[in-house]
Amino acid sequence: MESILSVTFIVGVLSAMLRIATPLILGTIGELFNERAGILNLGIEGIVTFGAMSAFIITLFTGNAYLGILVAMVCGILLSLLMGFLTVTLRLDQDVCGLGLLFLASGLSYFIYRLAVGIQPVPPTIQNFSLLQIPLLSNIPYLGEILFKQYSLFYIAILLIPLSQFILYKTHFGLNIRSCGENPAAADTMGVNVTRTRYQSLAIGGALFGLAGAYFTVFQMNIFIFGMVAGRGIVCIALVVFGNWKPVKCFLGALLFAFIDAFQLRLQHIGLQVPYQFFLLLPYLFTVIVLVLAARGAVYPQALLKPYSRED
Amino acid sequence: MEDRKKPLLEMKDISKTFLDVVALKNVSLRVNEKEILGILGENGAGKSTLMNILYGYYRADSGQILINGKPAALNAPFDAIGNGIGMVHQHFNLVEHHTVLENIILGSRRDSRHGRINFRKAEQTIRDLCIEYNLEINPRAYVWQLSVGEKQRIEILKALYRKVQVLILDEPTAVLTPQEVDGLFLTLKNMVETGLSVIFISHKLNEVMAVTNRVVILRQGEVIAEKNTQDTTLQELAQAMIGDEKVYSLECPPFNYTGMSLQIRKLTIKNDMGLLAVTDLDLEVPHGSIVGIAGVSGNGQRELAEAISGMRYIQSGTVVLDNRDITNKTPADLVKLRLARIPEDRMGFGLISDFNIAENLVLETAQLRFSKSIFLRWGSIYANASKLIKDFSIKTNRPQSLAKYLSGGNIQKMLLAREMSLDPNMIVASQPTRGLDINSTNYIHFLFTELKKRGASVLMISEDLDEILLICDFLYVMYQGKMMGHFRACDVSKMEVGLLMAGSTTPTAG
Amino acid sequence: MLLPVIALIAAFVIGSILISVSGANAWDAYLLLIEGAVGSPFALFETFIKMTPLCLTGLAVAIAFKANFWNIGAEGQLYFAALVAALLGIVPGLPAFIHIPIIIIGGFIAGGLWAMLPAFLKVRFRVDDVVTTLMLNYVMIFAIQGILDGYWRDKASGWPHSPEVLLTARYPQLLPESRFHLGFFVAIICAVLVYLLLRYTTLGYRLRATGLNPKAAAFGGINVKKTILIVAFISGGLAGLAGVGEVIGMQYYLVDGISRSYGYAGIAVALLANLNPLGVIFSSFFFAAIFTGSQMMSRYTGVPVYFSDFMQGLTLIVMLIALLFSKYSVRIRRS
Repeated sequence: MESILSVTFIVGVLSAMLRIATPLILGTIGELFNERAGILNLGIEGIVTFGAMSAFIITLFTGNAYLGILVAMVCGILLSLLMGFLTVTLRLDQDVCGLGLLFLASGLSYFIYRLAVGIQPVPPTIQNFSLLQIPLLSNIPYLGEILFKQYSLFYIAILLIPLSQFILYKTHFGLNIRSCGENPAAADTMGVNVTRTRYQSLAIGGALFGLAGAYFTVFQMNIFIFGMVAGRGIVCIALVVFGNWKPVKCFLGALLFAFIDAFQLRLQHIGLQVPYQFFLLLPYLFTVIVLVLAARGAVYPQALLKPYSRED
Repeated sequence: MEDRKKPLLEMKDISKTFLDVVALKNVSLRVNEKEILGILGENGAGKSTLMNILYGYYRADSGQILINGKPAALNAPFDAIGNGIGMVHQHFNLVEHHTVLENIILGSRRDSRHGRINFRKAEQTIRDLCIEYNLEINPRAYVWQLSVGEKQRIEILKALYRKVQVLILDEPTAVLTPQEVDGLFLTLKNMVETGLSVIFISHKLNEVMAVTNRVVILRQGEVIAEKNTQDTTLQELAQAMIGDEKVYSLECPPFNYTGMSLQIRKLTIKNDMGLLAVTDLDLEVPHGSIVGIAGVSGNGQRELAEAISGMRYIQSGTVVLDNRDITNKTPADLVKLRLARIPEDRMGFGLISDFNIAENLVLETAQLRFSKSIFLRWGSIYANASKLIKDFSIKTNRPQSLAKYLSGGNIQKMLLAREMSLDPNMIVASQPTRGLDINSTNYIHFLFTELKKRGASVLMISEDLDEILLICDFLYVMYQGKMMGHFRACDVSKMEVGLLMAGSTTPTAG
Repeated sequence: MLLPVIALIAAFVIGSILISVSGANAWDAYLLLIEGAVGSPFALFETFIKMTPLCLTGLAVAIAFKANFWNIGAEGQLYFAALVAALLGIVPGLPAFIHIPIIIIGGFIAGGLWAMLPAFLKVRFRVDDVVTTLMLNYVMIFAIQGILDGYWRDKASGWPHSPEVLLTARYPQLLPESRFHLGFFVAIICAVLVYLLLRYTTLGYRLRATGLNPKAAAFGGINVKKTILIVAFISGGLAGLAGVGEVIGMQYYLVDGISRSYGYAGIAVALLANLNPLGVIFSSFFFAAIFTGSQMMSRYTGVPVYFSDFMQGLTLIVMLIALLFSKYSVRIRRS
């Protein structure tokens, strides 16, 4: 029976934490771009699922995982552009469209998977990426295990944090995005194309959502399972609130959620006499608590959820 | 004197009609280089519409705009900026959560390279502009922290940053203190020295006399006169602007006090940003009187009205209605105490646009009067609606039609009908005739006067000083959350009130 | 009235693309779908059986959305009520005409309370209801799976489920050779009751006002917070009845997977019905028909059965777009 305080346990948890956090970081930063521009994309769950499915299927049939990742990102972009068409061009209600997109994308994922794979006694698997082992650095005791033996996508995800920080706060594109999310009328007056900016943000979000989905099937696992996204998409929405719409804080939120999840996973093996599902629910409960705490100081982008038109 | 200068900007025969209202009729004017042109006119004369066409918000129905002699197509604000025309509106277009600098550089590529913002260079540019034009602002401050006058400076800087040739200012002094007005005039004169031209829109005669080179006077959508400022006088301008002199009754009968309907003491309220909107405010409304609160929007009136209406928290102070403390009571309580309230934001707070008229009319009283246990009595609800529609002449097909299809005037009548059906002793009305046609406006004034005759009282908040002087017995002037003066309405001059609205402090009448 | 029909036709046209991609003939496939849904009395009653929980969750979501309470948590509320129903169902010594109502009431309260939690968070802390209701789904479902796995493992089959409910606790089966049960009428009655509530009661009036314009409702004196809490209770209760129905009408015990995403499907049902309670009857029938029909269609054509899930999302989106056009057409008529 492993002790919770043993080094092996802690190292194991922290290492798993980073693996679990990767798709969350991608999804949260993606949604951050969406919401900063003024769009709440509830369809994220469906888009991630579709990304997972498409990455898997492409890899299964072509053997090329990179192609799979690319297709996943493209599909993510296309689905997000659909969301854009509904909410930015047609100015329909964002919540309802997001939910519709969620069902549509999820349903379509499962449909296409079944179509491509058929019903097999043993679900097919693919050759997924293995953990990178960064030379020299990964030999550092403890830290090496945690930080330098991760999937390549993890390091890319980490890079996204300073990158998104830079884009949002130091470039015109980022300023335009933030202005569209706060006061689209002011942006419009200054010559910013609100429609195009919102579509672009959605596309960025979509690419990241597709990538997050691909992570599930091509990195973390080598198989596509129904329901494998398990609400992580919606968790990203909560994490954006927790992070107060700032990249670094969102990243911390993702780490926190991933920590709880990694922790409960390890706890399951310790041998406590509790059904493992009670641990599974901890991260979700945690999300609710975190939201309650974060809601008090949350500074929403002021134009979030409001469609914009010049006549208004 | 030959007109050597070719006009920088020319508007020829501009006409514009909104629905069935003619806003502008064949208006022509020209702006020369290095001059400040004043556009003078009363509220509703068409000044703002004209400038919005110039800026690209609206399209003229007919007419032409020439910039440097060449016709220009101004279909969007972006076109205007591209043609060197900048505009500072009465209502600012600022992102509150961003810094001054971020607001100024938005949409401009002047201080950036490959999309990356050069903050240091931008800040330097802005500081240089500030020195050149005598404007004081901290580029790193957040907009929500700033005063109204400072926010206006950001709008001016936005235009200067984009090197405009013509700057349009729409009623700029409405929100400024006297010192800030002087500062603004200095800035404008500096601008003209450096080659800019300014269009100065106002209804304030003395300011137009003080700062402009030429004046164009608009009345009811037409150009009445055009004069060189140094060749004319205040009286001449006033005559042209107003047309027939409005004669106010000279007698000022003493008021018969029979008690207080509403007493407010030392009221303090915060606005949405957490800053103080109203500070230590006192107010009294006697029985059987109409009391007006004059002042430019944005000086705390909205927050005051919301607080009295139970929609905003009162930090300290008391509100007493007919000797009952109603401080921080809920709207439901206020309805039971028969306090009628007309909100400023009719569509937002007043009515439910997807409810039909009958449903809207019983919003406050459904539970109290139109239900039996848990069930609604639709029969009586519709009967009530029919009666009110008739009594208040609300123009509609039938009570079942949705409220959102009513015109502005009828929406207001519906709200009034709803509130009057409470049989109130007191009504608090915010901007009750804003945006309404003449008939509806007169009707509402008539209603208020009837209420007064019955012994009830009216507290009316209005931007329209003429309206207040017309029907009110007393008036207060509100400026930056405080009361600047309290007068018998028949006893005060427009100029006195106007000065107080602008924040100048003079000895007040009782 | 015409719009939903146009929307549905458009959805089916798009759906036929999917069918063709699957290698089947769209026309034949759709015929099979219809046959599988309503082609025989047996099929029809199977559709009614599937319709029962969908109608109830559809009502739950419709009434919540109408009050601007985004209840995505019908699934969790359903499960909680199912648990309570399974527990109450094994209480001995009660005649059926008492036992069943007690279970119904208990399930209703259970679902209602679970829905009031996120509503309370929304009202008191301004926490977004979409995220909380969804998160609480996972919390409840995992918790119940844990209970099933941990304490109710059937020794013989190793399949975790609660003990079977007593005979007195079961919805009577109304037809021989079919699983069609009383729960169907419970659902229909609820739809009528919800309709009456919305149209004829003061609560319905307050609910609609709160949903359409909470600021104006508050200004008019309506206690918006209290209204949202009450609506959440009713909404959760209705979702709970769906869970009750599946336990005491179909499975007779609580088992993992007792709900085939009825809580989520309820969202599509409600939105397709434009949040109209009587419309929910029709849209729940429609989705149930697509589902049962897809089974048959899938068996004979090879079109994956997830066609129905896809159609769910598709009809939703197409319906939204159709609604947009309805707004425009009204505007044109006015001016």
